[in-house]
Amino acid sequence: MKQPIYLDNNATTPLDPRVLEAMLPYFTEKFGNAASRNHAFGWVAEEGVDYAREQVAKLIGCTDKEIIFTSGATEADNLAIKGVFEMYREKGNHIITAVTEHKAVLDTCKHLEKNGARVTYLGVKEDGLIDLAELEAAMTPETILVSIMYGNNEIGVIQPIREISAIAHKHGALFMTDATQAVGKIPVDVNADGIDLMAFSAHKMYGPKGVGALYVRRKNPRVKVTSQMDGGGHERGMRSGTLNVPGIVGLGKACELCRLEMDSEAKRLSGLRDRLESTLNKMEESYVNGNTEHRLPHVANISFKYVEGEGLMMAMSDLAVSSGSACTSASLEPSYVLKSLGLSDDLAHSSIRYGLGRFTTEEDIDHAIEITQKAVNHLRELSPLWEMFKEGIDLSKIEWAEH
Amino acid sequence: MAYSEKVIDHYNNPRNVGTLNKDSKFVGTGLVGAPECGDVMRLQIEVGEDNVITDAKFKTFGCGSAIASSSLATEWLKGKTIDEALSIDNMDIVEELALPPVKIHCSVLAEDAIKSAINDYRVKNGLEAIVLEKSHH
Repeated sequence: MKQPIYLDNNATTPLDPRVLEAMLPYFTEKFGNAASRNHAFGWVAEEGVDYAREQVAKLIGCTDKEIIFTSGATEADNLAIKGVFEMYREKGNHIITAVTEHKAVLDTCKHLEKNGARVTYLGVKEDGLIDLAELEAAMTPETILVSIMYGNNEIGVIQPIREISAIAHKHGALFMTDATQAVGKIPVDVNADGIDLMAFSAHKMYGPKGVGALYVRRKNPRVKVTSQMDGGGHERGMRSGTLNVPGIVGLGKACELCRLEMDSEAKRLSGLRDRLESTLNKMEESYVNGNTEHRLPHVANISFKYVEGEGLMMAMSDLAVSSGSACTSASLEPSYVLKSLGLSDDLAHSSIRYGLGRFTTEEDIDHAIEITQKAVNHLRELSPLWEMFKEGIDLSKIEWAEH
Repeated sequence: MAYSEKVIDHYNNPRNVGTLNKDSKFVGTGLVGAPECGDVMRLQIEVGEDNVITDAKFKTFGCGSAIASSSLATEWLKGKTIDEALSIDNMDIVEELALPPVKIHCSVLAEDAIKSAINDYRVKNGLEAIVLEKSHH
């Protein structure tokens, strides 16, 4: 067995060898600039890009003309939100998003607030889902954009996208979604879901890093964004810059593989995830975070009370996972996503995120269970809080010397 | 972030994990930190004749550096007099464990735990608590 076991597929995924194979010729013999219109080198590169555009479009149910290639989901989020704000500024200045969004959305909104935008940050319920009535109440005639993520990167909950887009449209606003964790993992259809703009990335679905896309609707309604990168007018003027041909070919191939294998893979992963989660949840004082019904198939987020996440990860050095604890960050603040579910700081500090992927095996999961149980038990032996809990002391009644 | 070999050693083989009888008048207990901050240390000392620390135990909820800092502290405390113990400075722990700047607060917490345990012992035995400099962290 490969050590350590990689269970951090929400951070990034390994490149599928089939994707690599598709990309390789575009580094060497097919090296042309896709914008070179006057010779075969350019045409060959352009063909590769065109084919990839179709592969991407097919995965999400749109036309190839609605795909704008970017350097990744962060750039796509920026382009969508800033681009819509600038393009529809005359109609209004109000944007609605949620507190559990990725920083690429939150910080872009913060940036726009300095430029005259008014932003509503919706809270979430205990299970991580937004309250639709709250969204409805927040809509105003000035609302130009609702931006709510498809599947959450930390807890995997899937927002009620169709209901959200219907509310946005009813009030004349556009609906944008950061679908980085969802595209390629679960069926996403921009028409059925009522999505006007959608950001996603190749490296979360076994494609290469440094490439992603923004879907921009062309019909009913025709959506426009102002470019955030000016130059040669590539990507229908919305994103200038020489196309990353090998990366785009890789994104296309990655999308195709995800589309063909999605049904069986989602079943396989949710089976493994459920086994991991239900076994670990049988441990005393362990808690599963987020809604377990509306959820991506490959994510589990579990808090092991009375042990600290970073210390726990150190005891699990054979396991590559991530924690909501942030003892190393300057702020020492635990995950803002977990805190927004109403989790107390100590539970947020005690959380571990398991992100399964295409190359995760049954054996990996059995091993991960064993490693986690052993590490949690070891650290609880060391934990004064565990001892106090076992003695029946109410920890919330203690006056802690906050430092 | 990579941990130093000494941190890993203390983390994998923590010294003096355990619990002393907190009701004994020979035992001083220090409980510092807060669960909300992700660090809680409990450090206990048992004091024998001539103010010599005969035993020390700890339990810590926290990251690897916090566990290593408290483990090291118990190792250093054994055999020292109370006065000697009071002179342990957090920077000694930083140096010994090669803690990076983001982990200095772990050593501060260990120093606070030592002083708090000593004060608990002093108060139990009718002595005045030593006024601690409020460390900035």
